[in-house]
Amino acid sequence: MQNFAEAFTLAFDLMLSADDDLLEIIGLSLRVSLMAMAISTLIGLPIGAVIGMSRFRGRGATIILLNALMGLPPVVVGLCVYLMLSRAGPMGWMGLLYTPTAMIIAQSILITPIIAALSRQVIEDLHNEYAEQFRSLCVPPGSAIAALLWDARYGLLTVALAGFGRAVAEVGAVIIVGGNIEHLTRVMTTAIALETSKGDLALALALGIVLLSIALLVNAAVMGLRMTATRFSYA
Amino acid sequence: MLERAQILDRPALAAGAREEPSALLPCEVRGLCFKAGDKQLIGNIDLTLVAGQVTIILGPNGSGKTLLVRLLHGMIEPSSGEISWGGMPLDEATRKRQAMVFQSPVLLRRSVAANIEFVLNLHDGSKLQTVEEILHMAGLDDKASQPARLLSGGERQRLAMARALATRPDILFLDEPTASLDPASTLAIENIVSLACDRGTKIIFITHDIGQARRLGDEVIFMHHGHILEQSPAKRFFDSPSSTQAQDYLAGRIVL
Repeated sequence: MQNFAEAFTLAFDLMLSADDDLLEIIGLSLRVSLMAMAISTLIGLPIGAVIGMSRFRGRGATIILLNALMGLPPVVVGLCVYLMLSRAGPMGWMGLLYTPTAMIIAQSILITPIIAALSRQVIEDLHNEYAEQFRSLCVPPGSAIAALLWDARYGLLTVALAGFGRAVAEVGAVIIVGGNIEHLTRVMTTAIALETSKGDLALALALGIVLLSIALLVNAAVMGLRMTATRFSYA
Repeated sequence: MLERAQILDRPALAAGAREEPSALLPCEVRGLCFKAGDKQLIGNIDLTLVAGQVTIILGPNGSGKTLLVRLLHGMIEPSSGEISWGGMPLDEATRKRQAMVFQSPVLLRRSVAANIEFVLNLHDGSKLQTVEEILHMAGLDDKASQPARLLSGGERQRLAMARALATRPDILFLDEPTASLDPASTLAIENIVSLACDRGTKIIFITHDIGQARRLGDEVIFMHHGHILEQSPAKRFFDSPSSTQAQDYLAGRIVL
């Protein structure tokens, strides 16, 4: 219990003091996770949209696979990315191992299935609502996908947020491909893991509280936007 | 009793001159059947629809009215039989010159104006009419920037009608568009129907409202158990229906 009290005090002190090291870690965490979310959204949304509004042989199996991929073990993804990017790997020549880019790649692989699977559900629900009208209006598939993505934008924002949440809280993959190098690849989660292993539980908890606060703030902002849209009936 | 000419009480709406009948008419239907599994829902229908008339489709629930309209609009494929519009097959080019309004309007999660813009952009309809003209026709001028899903039931249906008419379709299918509306909203929809008809759009209108059928209809198709029992001019149908089922239906008796 002493650790918890100490951790809260330390967390507030850290946040109020705007410690340079802490800000650097927070900045890198946000940069890596937001980039991973953006990349995964660009890849996952069209996949989700196409599966959500198409009927093809093997669609059920594709959805099961996509849903299963949401539970990809981060350490396995980290290991695969490590093998790809290591000097002996097929992409070793790029020299990306132990860089933030490697962490972005690993996180993107982890959260793309989450964004694709959840957006598939959101878009399929809206497509079921619009399908008859679109058929009557002879809406071409490209226009239909664009219309569905636009009209489901507030729901899809929540989907993107779920991806961000997974990315920012992830430790297994980024510690393997990033290496937790100070001032280069150290992010919130890897810093927490390091402080825990060093026995500085109060600092580890404090960092955890800061991470939780960031997640809460981002969630609150998106939910506020969603509720405003719902109130005006655009969602 | 109100006649169609009396329904249209807004001079602005009546200003549009009657246009030439559509090249999509007549519509010829031969041996049309639709089966769901082993069950035949539409049975061997032969039908001719000509230009310049409001065709009312009457019949009890489950008689196949909606199914027939969906087949005519190409929303579902028939099990057998042929449908041609002005001698042309029911392909996408033909379907683009048709529009349909459903009983429960499906509106995009956008503003009222954006719902119209979507259709205009889709079929390059902005050359024909502006959003403002279309909203004025539907009496929704002051609602342009409102979210469509916050409109009242009557306004939603008027928007659906306006959206359907945005590209000046040759054929307009209406599937009980006034089923859940009050008399004032029903009258507003009938105004728009009359305007569309006067502009040369062929109207095919499903309704259970006998009064509405009398007000709007030029001819009536009466359906029962997936078959057309009667197709006759409205006056003749209402004065002396030939089938006992139609007589019972008009008399308010239960038709089995």
